[in-house]
Amino acid sequence: MPEFSPSPPVEILLVEDSRDDADLMVEALNEGTLAHRVTVVEDGEQAMDYLRRRGAYADSPTPHLILLDLHLPRKNGHEVLTELKQDSLLRRIPVVILTSSDNEKAILGAYELHANCCVSKPADQEQFAQAVRRIESFWLQVARRARWQ
Amino acid sequence: MNMVMNGLRPIDILLVEDSADEAELTMQALSEGRVRNRVHWVEDGEEAMAFLRREGRHAAAPRPDLVLLDLRLPRMSGQEVLLEIKQNPQWKRIPVVIMTSSDDEKDILSAYDRHANCYVTKPVDLDKFLEAVRSIEDFWLTIVRLPAA
Repeated sequence: MPEFSPSPPVEILLVEDSRDDADLMVEALNEGTLAHRVTVVEDGEQAMDYLRRRGAYADSPTPHLILLDLHLPRKNGHEVLTELKQDSLLRRIPVVILTSSDNEKAILGAYELHANCCVSKPADQEQFAQAVRRIESFWLQVARRARWQ
Repeated sequence: MNMVMNGLRPIDILLVEDSADEAELTMQALSEGRVRNRVHWVEDGEEAMAFLRREGRHAAAPRPDLVLLDLRLPRMSGQEVLLEIKQNPQWKRIPVVIMTSSDDEKDILSAYDRHANCYVTKPVDLDKFLEAVRSIEDFWLTIVRLPAA
């Protein structure tokens, strides 16, 4: 298992337009043991501003993990994914797609655009929270991170 | 929790590993997992490409649902195999998990630059090795929604 340094805290960017889903996910992450900071943005434009440190996000840190919903206002998840994975630096950040859609095409499309993985949002709240914690522990404790900064 | 393809058919895993000992350990850990899977083991990069192309003795090979790829391989390296998979429109959506003993930051960066879906370091310690494979199995076969084709 890779060594994990607890400080500074792990940065997670959550891109989710549903307030209920975002609250549930933040809460699930907070129940984990890992020191982390979650930033929630509500649409694709805001996500890109955050990642490119534009406007109000001039001082934003580079996230270690991005949790990305596919159905987003203004700029959808597929568009965000395209921009990220075409960028020679941002592509190194793992992007986990969270989707409530059972639309196979949307999932295939996300893999085509080099999403690191896709996870369905279970309808059951407890299962959803558990899925979020397992995403966190796998990506932040088992998988290795690319360090380039 | 939603498990793609559960029950319909076993998940086909292509394991590219030149060490017979590590391949056996990996297969053992995968066979103990909860999700039915079939591991196809090849020992070098060229053999992996032959499997994907269904050449020679691999004429009846299935399309793998997941690739577990070592980096240090004879004949054709894991990084080359990764590039071939991720540049090919037919194969690019197949998730590739790098499983390697290499701890070298350059290898990690290079793998993510080539769109590896995930990078995991193989621990030297036997129990930890099995635990790492189980974590991969648990996450990629039960939480992740794999692309349907």
